[in-house]
Amino acid sequence: MRKTLITCLLVGLTGCAFSSTPTADSTTVVVATHSSWAMDKAVIKAFEKESGYTVRIRPQGDAGELTNKLILTKDAPIADVVYGIDNTFASRATDASIIAAFEPKNAPKDVASRKGLTPIDVSDVCVNIDDTWFAAKKIPAPRTLGDLTKRRYRNLTVTPGANTSSTGLAFLLATIATYGDAWPTYWTRLMANGLKVDAGWEDAYTVDFTAGGGKGSRPIVVSYASSPPFTVPEGGTKPTTSALLDTCFRQVEYAGVLAGAKNPDGAKAFVEFMVSAPFQEALPENMYVFPSTGATVPKDWARWAPLPEHPLSLDADLIATNRDTWLATWRDIVTS
Amino acid sequence: MARHRHLLALGALPLAVLGLFFAYPVLGMAARGFADGPGAVLGVLARERTQQVLWFTLWSAGLATVLAVLLGVPVAYTLYRLRVPGRWLLRVAVVVPFVLPTVVVGVAFRQLLAPGGWLGSLGLDGSAAAIVAALVFFNVAVVVRTVGAMWESLDPRREESARVLGATRAQAFLTITLPALLPAIAAAATVVFLYCATAFGVVLTLGGLRHANIETEIWLLTSQQLDLTGAAALSILQVLVIVVLLALAARLDRSSDRAGAAQEPARPTRGDLPVLAWTSAVLAALALPLAALVVRSLEYEGRWSLRNYAALAGDNPALAATAAEALSNSLQIAVVAATFAVGLGGLVSWLVTQPTHGRWASLVLRSFDTAFMLPLGVSAVTVGFGFLVTLGRPPLALLDWPWLVPIAQAMVALPLVVRTVTPVLRAIDDRQRQVAASLGASRWRVFLTVEMPLAWRALLAATGFAFAISLGEFGATSFLVRDEVPTLPVVIYRLIGHPGAANAGTAMAASVVLALLTAAVMLLVERTRVRGVGAF
Repeated sequence: MRKTLITCLLVGLTGCAFSSTPTADSTTVVVATHSSWAMDKAVIKAFEKESGYTVRIRPQGDAGELTNKLILTKDAPIADVVYGIDNTFASRATDASIIAAFEPKNAPKDVASRKGLTPIDVSDVCVNIDDTWFAAKKIPAPRTLGDLTKRRYRNLTVTPGANTSSTGLAFLLATIATYGDAWPTYWTRLMANGLKVDAGWEDAYTVDFTAGGGKGSRPIVVSYASSPPFTVPEGGTKPTTSALLDTCFRQVEYAGVLAGAKNPDGAKAFVEFMVSAPFQEALPENMYVFPSTGATVPKDWARWAPLPEHPLSLDADLIATNRDTWLATWRDIVTS
Repeated sequence: MARHRHLLALGALPLAVLGLFFAYPVLGMAARGFADGPGAVLGVLARERTQQVLWFTLWSAGLATVLAVLLGVPVAYTLYRLRVPGRWLLRVAVVVPFVLPTVVVGVAFRQLLAPGGWLGSLGLDGSAAAIVAALVFFNVAVVVRTVGAMWESLDPRREESARVLGATRAQAFLTITLPALLPAIAAAATVVFLYCATAFGVVLTLGGLRHANIETEIWLLTSQQLDLTGAAALSILQVLVIVVLLALAARLDRSSDRAGAAQEPARPTRGDLPVLAWTSAVLAALALPLAALVVRSLEYEGRWSLRNYAALAGDNPALAATAAEALSNSLQIAVVAATFAVGLGGLVSWLVTQPTHGRWASLVLRSFDTAFMLPLGVSAVTVGFGFLVTLGRPPLALLDWPWLVPIAQAMVALPLVVRTVTPVLRAIDDRQRQVAASLGASRWRVFLTVEMPLAWRALLAATGFAFAISLGEFGATSFLVRDEVPTLPVVIYRLIGHPGAANAGTAMAASVVLALLTAAVMLLVERTRVRGVGAF
């Protein structure tokens, strides 16, 4: 302890990197999340004050990495509660029995729960376009997945990879939901039409997309239905991009109490809190997703980020069974 | 025999640390990979995909190593043997790329090479050439500093005598200087190769999906597909690569040239012009991606602005701490990590360079030496997952232990410390020790009066490196860091992964701060060095 103090005094500027934070007790709730976690600290503080628990957030990578880490550590869980497993990984988590049975009192009615997993939010992965670019070039903007294979849109599209990004995986699933068994043909045509495949969403959106802050050269990008409101220029009133609502794949993100949690009561309280109004209403501004309980969304969102009425979707068990085969086939197509 | 027992006892400490914080986690993951028996693992090695990945790893890392040596050796000469203005600053500047978070360098390179970028017309975006260029960019520093430290302590009189005897400049270099530098070049090349062979972020970002090396493949198999058998097979391949490489390097590392005190740098002559031109070109090439980074950090919504920097101190809902707090954490952790790494690494170097007699003893020392190189060549993903599966439960429930992060970082820095210090210690003439001993000096006194004065510079160089590695480390840290006390690279990764151009801008600003901070620390080390040398 004394050594700790000395080190901190020597180099400490604003805090101490070596102060220990107890996590394995009944007053602390450890939350394993995906790395896109973002939340207004006041909202969490209010929960801590009301419940008496201290919340520790532990981001663990994207939805896939998060799920796999929890499966690997299920004998000695690294957290009490998990948030961020999505419908493409839900079956893998429940099959491995890492989630304890629990349903919060006000579970959302519109979105189905899955074996202990409570839906917290929904979002849609959609093709986004740079409207300004298409207007300036006087080219009619694409509308459907099929349009992306047309000559007119050659070399204009960029997507994150399906095996390196959950956004990319959702886009692959959108094409499978649309084209069924013929999806490899569609992808072959996409590649032939100059589709660029990046590793991550950030790469595709911030480097290659024309309206993502970088100096990209591609006006069509795979992103989210909620991306457009973020392109409203300062002082402007409407976004410069829009989402193509016929290309959207519905993602649902779940929370659940982990089997073997050291603080199961705290974990349950946290899941209850996640479906309560304060957390649900803070979701859009912080994590760019829609509340699963139908809580109110910001005005901008209602206007510029409407949820598609008929999003594409695939059965979670079908995804679980076929994911590896689909990804192998997909990789062969995009690397050949 | 009693003496050997002494050495064994001293070697036990670093071995125990390595065993607990490296070997145990890695074996924990490997054991899970072998759950279906060794047959399944061997099956993975026969996959066509595995062979593609192995081949790409070997050639990209090999080419990058050759280029880093070719580019770096002349720079080492200029910065360590010639009296060029601002050489202190340049020695420091060279190290900056080495600590930048790979994801940021990946984005900076892509911005240069993408069709709209400064170098977009080269058409290199997404090519293997871009990956190799980025690997060289990261690793030139290793060559410059390792070779430079050795070069600085070479006695120039031998080369001068050769010149007097009629040798041309080239002849003198090839027959006198180069053989003397070879151990340092070999040590640097080994380290660079291992860094390149285990590069992750930069291959993933720049390679898109066309190019994968063993490291990115292990990440895909482990974190995305949960194919632990496949990951175990590839980890074994990594260990094999290291062992073969070290055996090769050991053959080059047999020089007996003597090291001396630092030589005064010489005034550049007309004959040095080509080397000076070469150095300028290399430094300019290193500066280009950095310049792209700085420019991006100063842009906000298409205009020049300092808002990205102002955002560093502000609260961000995606982060449990501000970037400014993360900076403070990083500094504190780096001090501890560098201390551990230099303490343990110095001990290892000293042990492996002790004069030995007999085949058995030298074999033991060589295996010992190899063991401490393994953290460089084994996937950070494997180590990270290993931490989670082995250190998460009693009796070793250490995952929330605040000292785990600096220890894990020290393991990453250890190989470089060993490779920086060992060649210098090895170059000490054993007769110097014998003379001191026969004059009645105790072993301790020999250490203080013969070995330390010569190893001092190398140890300082290693400290700077260890500090820099700790500041930039992301792989192992990301598995262990507690979100309340993040390090700066962790914050940068999180920012860049969040939507919104503002977050990307803040990430760029944080990277520039990280680069400046590293430069400041290295500068401090350089200045201490001068005084230290003057004292002897």
